[in-house]
Amino acid sequence: MKEPLIYDLSSPGRHGVTMPEPDVPLTELPADLLRDDLDLPEVSEIDVVRHYLRLSQRNYAVDRGFYPLGSCTMKYNPKLNEDMARLPGFAAVHPYQPLETIQGALAVMYEVQQWLGELSGFDGISLQPAAGAHGELTGVLMMRRYHLDRGDEKRTKILIPDSAHGTNPASTTMSGLNVVEIPSDDRGNIDLGALRAECDNTVAGIMITNPSTLGLFDENLEAVIAMIHDCGGLVYGDGANFNALMGIVRPGDLGFDVMHFNLHKTFATPHGGGGPGSGPVGCLAHLSPYLPGPIVGANLDENGEHMPGDYYLTMPQKTIGRVKAFYGQFGVIVRAFAYVLVCGSDGLRHASEMAVLAANYLRVRLRDTYHVPYDRVSMHEFVAEGHFADAPDIHALDISKRLIDYGFHPPTNYFPLIVPEALMIEPTETESIETLDAFAEAMLAIAREAREQPELLHDAPHSAPVKRLDEVAAAKNLILCCRPVFNVDEGK
Amino acid sequence: MGYLPHTVQDIKKMLDAVGVERVEDLFEDVPESVRYPSILLPDGLSQMEVAGLLEAVSQENVPGAKTANFLGAGAYNHFVPPVVDHVLSRGEFYTAYTPYQPEVSQGTLQAVFEYQSMICALTGMEVSNASHYDGATALAEAVILALNQFRGKRRKIVLCPGVHPEYRQVVHTYTQGMGLVIVGESDCYVDVGRITGSIDENTALVAVQVPDFFGEVNPLTPVVDAAHAHGALVCVVADPISLGMLKPPGWYGVDIVVGEGQGLGIPLSFGGPYLGFFTTREKYVRRMAGRLVGETTDRDGEPGYVLTLSTREQHIKRDRASSNICTNQGLMALAAAVYLSVMGKYGLREVAELCYHKSHYAAGEIDKLAGYELLSRNPFVKEFVIQCPIPVEEINHHLLHEYDIVGGFDLEQIYPDRVNQMLVAVTEMNSKLEIDDLVQGLSEVSG
Repeated sequence: MKEPLIYDLSSPGRHGVTMPEPDVPLTELPADLLRDDLDLPEVSEIDVVRHYLRLSQRNYAVDRGFYPLGSCTMKYNPKLNEDMARLPGFAAVHPYQPLETIQGALAVMYEVQQWLGELSGFDGISLQPAAGAHGELTGVLMMRRYHLDRGDEKRTKILIPDSAHGTNPASTTMSGLNVVEIPSDDRGNIDLGALRAECDNTVAGIMITNPSTLGLFDENLEAVIAMIHDCGGLVYGDGANFNALMGIVRPGDLGFDVMHFNLHKTFATPHGGGGPGSGPVGCLAHLSPYLPGPIVGANLDENGEHMPGDYYLTMPQKTIGRVKAFYGQFGVIVRAFAYVLVCGSDGLRHASEMAVLAANYLRVRLRDTYHVPYDRVSMHEFVAEGHFADAPDIHALDISKRLIDYGFHPPTNYFPLIVPEALMIEPTETESIETLDAFAEAMLAIAREAREQPELLHDAPHSAPVKRLDEVAAAKNLILCCRPVFNVDEGK
Repeated sequence: MGYLPHTVQDIKKMLDAVGVERVEDLFEDVPESVRYPSILLPDGLSQMEVAGLLEAVSQENVPGAKTANFLGAGAYNHFVPPVVDHVLSRGEFYTAYTPYQPEVSQGTLQAVFEYQSMICALTGMEVSNASHYDGATALAEAVILALNQFRGKRRKIVLCPGVHPEYRQVVHTYTQGMGLVIVGESDCYVDVGRITGSIDENTALVAVQVPDFFGEVNPLTPVVDAAHAHGALVCVVADPISLGMLKPPGWYGVDIVVGEGQGLGIPLSFGGPYLGFFTTREKYVRRMAGRLVGETTDRDGEPGYVLTLSTREQHIKRDRASSNICTNQGLMALAAAVYLSVMGKYGLREVAELCYHKSHYAAGEIDKLAGYELLSRNPFVKEFVIQCPIPVEEINHHLLHEYDIVGGFDLEQIYPDRVNQMLVAVTEMNSKLEIDDLVQGLSEVSG
């Protein structure tokens, strides 16, 4: 059953929230500046509650079931973290309050900076970037500034493997640098020959997602990093897949110069239907002065202990500048703080281990039915192909939509681009073996249906709130707003 | 320890299936010399202990809840109807991903479509995207839209000094590799004549803020006329609560309206997560950054919603995308949609007028005090500037310790000519009693 738009529930004269009468003497309003119409809904509070509750039920979500969306790390979002971010002592604090009134907020940020540094082997951390792509932009701008500061002005080239997320090349372009794509070899690693051919004194750096979007730990990683460093370039790590590596290896130890974290993937903060995320950036000491800020500092006593009341905000010396207003997605950072406190170092390592084990378990359960093009021990995710030689009309999209009927969210499909009909599966560590088995059984059943009843797949989903949607029509006949627009001249 | 469901038997079963003996065997591709480092983090705690610890840390802050708050400067203490957080707390919304699979994401998609529609209504613009990280990054994306519109041929941006200083800093950060000239922002006071005078044929975008950082509503028409006479685009940074009463920028013919949507049902939360809104004219929609939700139909002809025009975006266009943005502020856009629905046509106007009356009452009372003077000369809605007799920091110290009042923003920090000037924000949350306390507190430090 369809849900009307909130505007369609409107009835002239109906109020939602009533505000109090003014308790001060009134001042005349500036008549020539006032609008005579505000086209917002006229609904009561119960209309709003029921409308959005009904809409919520038209969503799939981690709290409903298994969400193996590759590259997105849809792990369980602990409820404790939600409560903690809503504590009035965090939620009701203004960012410009005097230092003496924000010591608790700064303490949380300082600890998260320290912990991310410890987990990654980086010397400097800025929590300011708002999301993964924002962290990438930050990191590439830092690399650019580093070279310029050394008078090395010809380094304008960023090397990016063909398996990378689209955000990597887009972030590079925004930074004013040029993208050079590097192919993968037949084991899914960065192709060393192709890389060598590009390594010269115009390389600003390379952006590496490791584990890669194929879910593989690059077997050539040490050679790749050495090659880039030897030609004077820097190594950026896309930390989207850090969920495979917590306590297993520190990117700083591997030679990465700078990397972003996704708190909304690795550190269990919710994805919110498309944000807010949080994309802190960490780096080795030679890049720390370029971090965006402000970041949080602490005055330590002679034992290295910091005292209450001693946290402050500081701008790194050669900063690339602010990347957003204020200090970062603080509410998200509080959630990550609570998550790390519950897990501890052993719990984080165990989380990564179980994420990797779960992905490998699903890989071996599915690989005889779904072709896995790079079939070796994977990290926290793997990529299968969603097509069958004996069912040529079936595509990854059909399999994905059919999974909805089985009560699962589809995997990421058609990415990475280097695998045809890609199904990128990331189970995460918070799913039980029963859930993994049920998903595997559904995938195997769909593979049988693909041969026996292909129309079941073509017409899927059958059980979702809507049937398959016409995305081409949406782009051709753009409807982005349900209200008529004022003519500019009339409005004036 | 954490949130893991695996029993010892489960792990054994999975290891057997994979064909390895120990979990460690799965990590042989990791160079051995750096594998399994020792990590010095605290040991895991129970949820009960963590809740107690965070409660204690949170109390080291002095939240607005315990004080009267007169701080604004881009983040405002507005009333959040309880219904907003109740909707946001639905797991179906907050534990979903970006709606890539529309058939199982209609809740998020329709809510964003409604958000886009309400933001268009509020700003008087034709199209809104699904959100940016905050007002500052939305402005930076507006600059990039304008540069792309002129295919890089126009290299100059005029930034009014009345645009939030941190937003201007973010524009500089974003565009540092683009070889731009950014002018207009060195003044400490807004002079519309100087802004219009610096627009020329090389100008891609003129950005002003209404009300500006100092709270004042400067005339928009001269800026729009001057910019359009030179073929440049105009971007207005708007305050969404003020738009409850003010004519929207769209009615003045501007090309882009962006702003910070925090006032629309989002807590202060020490500066984030907030909500950048971005609206423009339909003719620029293909140069817009970010997600867009469009209406379409399903195979049965029923209406439904999808992400659309993704050919602008990084996952399709890669290095030629209009922006790198991927994750945005989806849940905050939902907050704004619920807020605007429940406030509705009348409630938002009431909020804006409450801010107006209370701030004018406060400004008038402060202006009467010896040693203080109201400096705002243009109309304002909820924020104004006062000249103080002594440094603002000293005044704020007195207000905090004697009255539990968080005082206004010290403008001298950013604008060196504005010595001893305080930017005071008064919203519907400030009672007359609080305002009278503020006035009393100020009167005691008249130098």
